[in-house]
Amino acid sequence: MNAIEVKEVKTIFDDRVIHDGLNLKIEIGEIYGLLGPSGCGKTTLLREMVMLQKFDAGAISVLGHDLSSIHHNEAQKLRREWGVLFQAGALFSSLSVRENIALPLQEYTDLSKVMIEEIVKFKIDLVGLKQQDAHLFPSQISGGMKKKAGLARALSMDPKLLFLDEPTSGLDPISARDFDSLILELRSLLGLTIVMVSHDLQSINDTLDRMAIIDNKKIAYEGNLNNVKSVDSDFIQTFFGKYNE
Amino acid sequence: MMNSTLNAVQYEDKLTLNFSGELTLYLVNSYQETVERFSAKALKKVEINLEGVSYMDSAVSIFLNDLLHSYSSKKIATSVIASDEDILSTLELTKKYKISGEKQVQKSKKSFVESIGKKIHNNYLGLLSFMDFLGKLIATKIHYLKSVRNVRFKEIAFEMNESGVKALGIIALTSFLIGLVVAYQSAFQLKIYGANIFIVDMLGISMLRELAPLITAIVIAGRSGSAFTAQIGAMKITEELDAMRTMGFDPYIFLVIPRILALMIVMPMLIFVADIMGVLGGMFVANVDLGITTELFLERFNEVVAVKHFFIGLIKGPFFAFLIASIGIYRGLMVKNDTQSIGFNTTKSVVESIFAVIVCDAIFSIAFTNLGI
Repeated sequence: MNAIEVKEVKTIFDDRVIHDGLNLKIEIGEIYGLLGPSGCGKTTLLREMVMLQKFDAGAISVLGHDLSSIHHNEAQKLRREWGVLFQAGALFSSLSVRENIALPLQEYTDLSKVMIEEIVKFKIDLVGLKQQDAHLFPSQISGGMKKKAGLARALSMDPKLLFLDEPTSGLDPISARDFDSLILELRSLLGLTIVMVSHDLQSINDTLDRMAIIDNKKIAYEGNLNNVKSVDSDFIQTFFGKYNE
Repeated sequence: MMNSTLNAVQYEDKLTLNFSGELTLYLVNSYQETVERFSAKALKKVEINLEGVSYMDSAVSIFLNDLLHSYSSKKIATSVIASDEDILSTLELTKKYKISGEKQVQKSKKSFVESIGKKIHNNYLGLLSFMDFLGKLIATKIHYLKSVRNVRFKEIAFEMNESGVKALGIIALTSFLIGLVVAYQSAFQLKIYGANIFIVDMLGISMLRELAPLITAIVIAGRSGSAFTAQIGAMKITEELDAMRTMGFDPYIFLVIPRILALMIVMPMLIFVADIMGVLGGMFVANVDLGITTELFLERFNEVVAVKHFFIGLIKGPFFAFLIASIGIYRGLMVKNDTQSIGFNTTKSVVESIFAVIVCDAIFSIAFTNLGI
């Protein structure tokens, strides 16, 4: 079974066509990248996969659920099986880092306070935050820490699927490489399937198993990094051409 | 900084402009003035000498290009003397952009009727989308409240503290002052007729029935309505709302319903406080200005002000609260992905909720009077 299947998806904003028949398959256990020039609708596709946005035609299925015909309760269940990291972390600003990570556990489980505390501590360690930073509020921490805390929150329910929206953008090169190795580590530790939107060539090269490149409303390429240069597309040639020389 | 000079010399029909030093945008205006002193009619040839120039920025370069352009369009021969590579390339650069900039598309101008029509239509769409919000809220979300387990008591309590307890001071003070002012103005009139004691009737009915609920609603609209819009709008910009949705937390249940309920619970209590303080203000004036003792005031109050006026005032509370909270939240959800729209929507939220409260009050007033209450 594929983790995610996208079939002939069309998206139209007002009268602007964003996607004109996208097809892709994401297998379980792989790190999959959505790439493309800015404005091509990578983030839109990601938002469609996590049910934040509706598409106009076609079908998306996530972990075997067809998103266009999913029922409310089924959707709620599905939402607990994935974690999403937004570009700027999107931590709840009225809650501290610890409370942010604990929130899904509090809402969805009947775990004791002590147990939740333990789990939160573990997740904080896992993403490489310091325990003493856990009581800080989102406004008090740096952009990189917000991303890590956002990741810890996305992982708090031990999801099978992780969506990352530009995980390394806005980070300095050292933190960005740290984040890449963290993602690889998490995949091997937790057996996650990871879908990410990225612009960061180094990160693309280091972490991705396969990728889809969206260009001109269609999938210009789907596959691994080795064959990407053979594709005839302006974006791919300028993006990957220079890099491989 | 090096000084810059413009030395303009006219010899018969030839104008020579000798620039020297550092040419920067601060001096463009003075160059312009200097050049305009020479009437173009008498000229046949203009020479711009940049040999003594050590630096020239892009603003000056644009100015010079414009100058050359305007001379050559009047059929005056122009020439530029410059040997510095940097200066020539700056001139060339701005010239290139001037040419490419000429193709700019002009925005078509809207006619008066069209812009009015569009505005009215947009307002109509806005009303529809508010109805859509209310419909969604009532049709799909209210049923969550059937089970007590779904009610988010913690959030409700938090909001009651934020919008209720913390607003006590300002509401008490405002209504005290309004009571004082109303009593003071009417005391002046009543004294003329020697009808001093009627201040109790007047004050009691107007305060309990109309003024206290209205003042409370207006203060709350300014205080909590705007806060709701700004909070939810900011959460939308930081993607917190999206994050909630992907985690399966419905913002309507976590943010919208608790705020509306909290305000509906707390509003009658605030009106009660406003009643007390308003009457107290009036009582103070009656005592000082009209010589009505506290005992007399309260005795008369008990006799002439029916309890229905008090209840009518309180009953309005939840309705006003619902309007204020739902408009505030709706405006918050309408915030687009830029910071400007938070300010825009906050203003709208306050104006619209005060307007809605007053319309609602008018409807109540007519309805209750016709019902004989």
